Amino acid sequence: MKKTIHVTLNGRPTNLEVPAHRLLLDLLRDEIGLTGTKEGCGTGDCGACTVLLDGKPVNSCLIFSGELDGADIVTIEGLKIGPELHPVQKAFIQDGGAQCGYCTPGMLMMAKSLLDENPDPSDEEIRFALSGNLCRCTGYAKIVQAVQDAAAELRAKRAG
Amino acid sequence: MRRPEPLEIFQPTSIREAGALVKEKGPGGRFLAGGTDLVIAVKEKSFSPKYVVDLKRIPGLSGIREEADGGLKIGSLTTLREVEISPIILKRFPFLAQSAAEVGSVQIRNRATIGGNMANATPSADVAPALLALEARARIAGLNGERVVELEQFFRGPGQTVMAPEEILTEIIIPPANPSLVGEYIKFSPREMMDLAYIGVAVAFVFNASQKLCEKVRIALGAVSPTPMRARGAESLLEGQVLTEELAEKAGAEAARECKPISDVRSSADYRRDMVRVNTKRALLNAAAQRPGKWTERRDRRY
Ligand SMILES: Cc1cc2nc3c(=O)[nH]c(=O)nc-3n(C[C@H](O)[C@H](O)[C@H](O)COP(=O)(O)OP(=O)(O)OC[C@H]3O[C@@H](n4cnc5c(N)ncnc54)[C@H](O)[C@@H]3O)c2cc1C
Ligand code: FES
Ligand code: FES
Repeated sequence: MKKTIHVTLNGRPTNLEVPAHRLLLDLLRDEIGLTGTKEGCGTGDCGACTVLLDGKPVNSCLIFSGELDGADIVTIEGLKIGPELHPVQKAFIQDGGAQCGYCTPGMLMMAKSLLDENPDPSDEEIRFALSGNLCRCTGYAKIVQAVQDAAAELRAKRAG
Repeated sequence: MRRPEPLEIFQPTSIREAGALVKEKGPGGRFLAGGTDLVIAVKEKSFSPKYVVDLKRIPGLSGIREEADGGLKIGSLTTLREVEISPIILKRFPFLAQSAAEVGSVQIRNRATIGGNMANATPSADVAPALLALEARARIAGLNGERVVELEQFFRGPGQTVMAPEEILTEIIIPPANPSLVGEYIKFSPREMMDLAYIGVAVAFVFNASQKLCEKVRIALGAVSPTPMRARGAESLLEGQVLTEELAEKAGAEAARECKPISDVRSSADYRRDMVRVNTKRALLNAAAQRPGKWTERRDRRY
């Protein structure tokens, strides 16, 4: 059952004709070609598929396209600020917050949304916010460090 | 991971329209709120709904309101993240906010609704014990009007509620509470996050801190019977009594006696019973101590 939906995708108004049952994750990857968003588990447990929906991080593997008319969607491809990487992206590179990189798009979307809400989080708050994002590689310490460094950078920018 | 079969998704804009759709389209359809239970049922349990009726376009079904009499109304489509961070809930019933915060991850809670947590009627639903301890009621809208039922009567068994297929849970009603009400929720699970409760215990009582006197004691348990349940025997042991560690221990033992756990992949029935005993005691003492600070800092699940 095809359905026409109008969404804003990474800032661009877009009309899509999609089967209502297609999951947002598959819509992004297979129909639109935005393959930055990853599928780990497909069941809401790993966070690799995290995107921002109306400004809030959600699991794109659990959302039907047919629910999305009018939605504002931001994926990892929309995280850059102009030509520049977002401070969370720079910090993950600098601190070794990514190894194989599979969890990284989800981690970055979650980290961005945490820092939008809480510019100066404790390590505990970072771990709480990222508890739905699994990483098999890093052991998390460098991810927490990267989020702290990005937070400091963002605070300095705001002050400066 | 399995993908959903083609299906039609309707987005009605009134309760009446939503109910009428289900009546017209017949059996095999489902309402959709956050989808965090429904999409899992489709993907993991091979459930194929014939059609889906999305409730999110119906105005007025979400939000948290304080009533003039001191009661609280929580719209069924209010997300668990909204419950978790709501200033009014954090102030009045911090253990309810905490029970919402214990569900899944931030991403899940941004979608998962309080109504979905009740309507799905999982015995381990984390928000149910806190709501039972607050003696919450459920407002249900059908094609022929509304009814209000005690949440305790709302659950009928695993996945079963009193609602007919075309009925919609519209609101959770928390009756006015005494300002000296204290409470606590403990989700017992081996992992701190992203795990389902092996058992859950919520307690709420009116506490006279200087005399340590407990009144209106309510104890509710999750994941230890076909529905979330009240532990009335344990409640009556404490009613009108001075709370001591010995009495809390006795109440825990009584709660363990009256619950009806089963053994499954998560835990044996015996272990669940013992965890009810320990954590009921702990919840009572924690509630009475009213320790400040965040629950993530004071939670104590490791032995
Ligand atoms: C990764 C993951 C982790 C989870 N962790 C937890 C956890 O720790 N604790 C926990 O308790 N749960 C957990 N859950 C389960 C789930 O997130 C919650 O039960 C959630 O509250 C369900 O709400 P929903 O809005 O997503 O429901 P939906 O999936 O939209 O609906 C669930 C069912 O209820 C019906 N329904 C929904 N709303 C209404 C209504 N207003 N009126 C009538 N019928 C309705 C639907 O038809 C459907 O059958 C988890 C789920 C996932 C995927
Ligand atoms: S793919 Fe969505 S949470 Fe794992
Ligand atoms: S970097 Fe490999 S899973 Fe996180």
